[in-house]
Amino acid sequence: MPASPFSILRFRILFSIFWCAFIANQAVLLHWFGMPWDGAIIDSLITNGLLVLICLMLMNTFRYYLPKRDQFLSVFAICAGFAIAWLFLCQWLLNLTVKFYETSPDFLRRSLPIRFTIGQLILGCIAMVSALWYNWSEQKENEIRKADAEKLSKDAELFKLRQQLQPHFLFNSLNSINALIGMKPEEARKMVQQLSDFLRGTMRKEENQLITFSEELEYLKLYLEIEKVRFGYRLKTEMDIEEASLTWKIPSLLLQPLMENAIKFGLYGTTGEVTIGLQARVVDKHLVVAVMNPFDPDMQMPPGTGFGLNSVKRRLYLLFGRNDLVEVNKSQNSFIVIFRIPDINA
Amino acid sequence: MRKIIIIDDEPLARLIVKEYLQKHKDLEVVQECNDGFEGVKAIQQHQPDLVFLDIQMPKINGFEMLELIEQPPPVIFATAFDEYAIKAFEAHAIDYLLKPFNQERFDKAIQKWSEQNNTKQSEKNTQDLLETASLSPAQSQRIVVKSGSKIKIIPVHDVLYLEAADDYVKIHTKEGYFLKNKTMSHFEQVLDGLQFVRSHRSYIVNVQQITRIDPYEKDNHVAVLKAGTQIPVSRSGYGKLKEVLGL
Repeated sequence: MPASPFSILRFRILFSIFWCAFIANQAVLLHWFGMPWDGAIIDSLITNGLLVLICLMLMNTFRYYLPKRDQFLSVFAICAGFAIAWLFLCQWLLNLTVKFYETSPDFLRRSLPIRFTIGQLILGCIAMVSALWYNWSEQKENEIRKADAEKLSKDAELFKLRQQLQPHFLFNSLNSINALIGMKPEEARKMVQQLSDFLRGTMRKEENQLITFSEELEYLKLYLEIEKVRFGYRLKTEMDIEEASLTWKIPSLLLQPLMENAIKFGLYGTTGEVTIGLQARVVDKHLVVAVMNPFDPDMQMPPGTGFGLNSVKRRLYLLFGRNDLVEVNKSQNSFIVIFRIPDINA
Repeated sequence: MRKIIIIDDEPLARLIVKEYLQKHKDLEVVQECNDGFEGVKAIQQHQPDLVFLDIQMPKINGFEMLELIEQPPPVIFATAFDEYAIKAFEAHAIDYLLKPFNQERFDKAIQKWSEQNNTKQSEKNTQDLLETASLSPAQSQRIVVKSGSKIKIIPVHDVLYLEAADDYVKIHTKEGYFLKNKTMSHFEQVLDGLQFVRSHRSYIVNVQQITRIDPYEKDNHVAVLKAGTQIPVSRSGYGKLKEVLGL
């Protein structure tokens, strides 16, 4: 929702000065045409006080409901309607409060057309000013949003590139293969195959393509096999996957970056053996997946891991329009990321 | 026999180095290490003639490990991919191996090392290299120190202030202070200038810890930290503090 023009101090001051001057002006004018001072002042305060209230109401309405380009005629008609209602209310109130009008009712009756014209003019102006204001702030907001979206998509593209290349992972894997060739050529051959399948998978997948959870798991296993060859006994995984979750549809390349984060975080943030946990359940028509890694609270997140998590959050928001799908639990010695995928077919 | 230590967190990466070393009969691997913590201990214990050192390792990287050793031995670095490390190597013309590497390239590095047995020169090189490497974003987020036989990793936001102490810098934290064999200007360069301000020739203060700045004697001030500690502020330091705090 855009901010009201009243949020600007200068506007508030101008608005108040205008109305004070206008109220004084009308009182002087009425006195000039032969009304006693007390009656002129009461008249001016009542009629203009009501007009201010209507103005505020109009401005507030425009804040929530901005007229389209082809609706300006109806806005004009609404202003006229308000002016007429205001006029009758004024007439009734003035007859009740101002003694002068009891003795000379003609004075009030003859001033009505002038009052109507001025009232309508002011309401029209206010309507125009607020329409312009809110149009302008909406436009400004749109521009900011557009710039944000552009920046985000650029970041995502860069991240995707980095994800695809993963130079550190790639060169270290090649180094492991190089070592295996001399000692265990069979295993070297197997790892070449796994690495190729993994890289092919990264290149083929589209960002918003849906795949089953079991497909994603197969892909993940390739990755884990390679990492286990690299890190040997240090890397252990514990998987606890419910049968029902296997057929669930999820966006591709969602789990793997989180798992990669967990491994990096676990292996470079602590020494000794590292157990990465993966748990999947179907709860309340949602697939609930938890990725767990050990964590040393003294260590910072390795560079890059924050972005992986944010991009997963962002992608789930864009796909499902919900902000509550990713949760991070940090405890004394473990770091858990939980994400939930709604039933896409439902 | 000359003594070799291999420090790498990937077992196969250590294996390939050992395999390439088989050709060099006069070199003996005395220990293999999984991480920098084991590395520091092993180097102190064996005083090796040469160390093969990976950069990206658990908790502390290869550079941070070397910083903890008073007289670092000659090192051949091996890394898969690390922009900052490679920049640092190139800046100081130090030989490094890019994984994966072959026997030929490995032999060349060994040959270079045995020719360059003028250790004085290589030690100076190592110091310069560590200075450059510490400017990398990962390393400017934490300070690695040795306290007794333990290695302590201090996240920079836990640092209250730094104080000059002869050839060392005292790093004050909530848990007491730690010494690091570096200069004040080193820390001034490495730490984020918006968070750490050199308030005085001998002090660098974490601005997030300051609760107020009081006048002190005629031209000087003191910064009072949350814990109540008073840090001297010189006239030029006061100017810098005012700028950073937006006063």
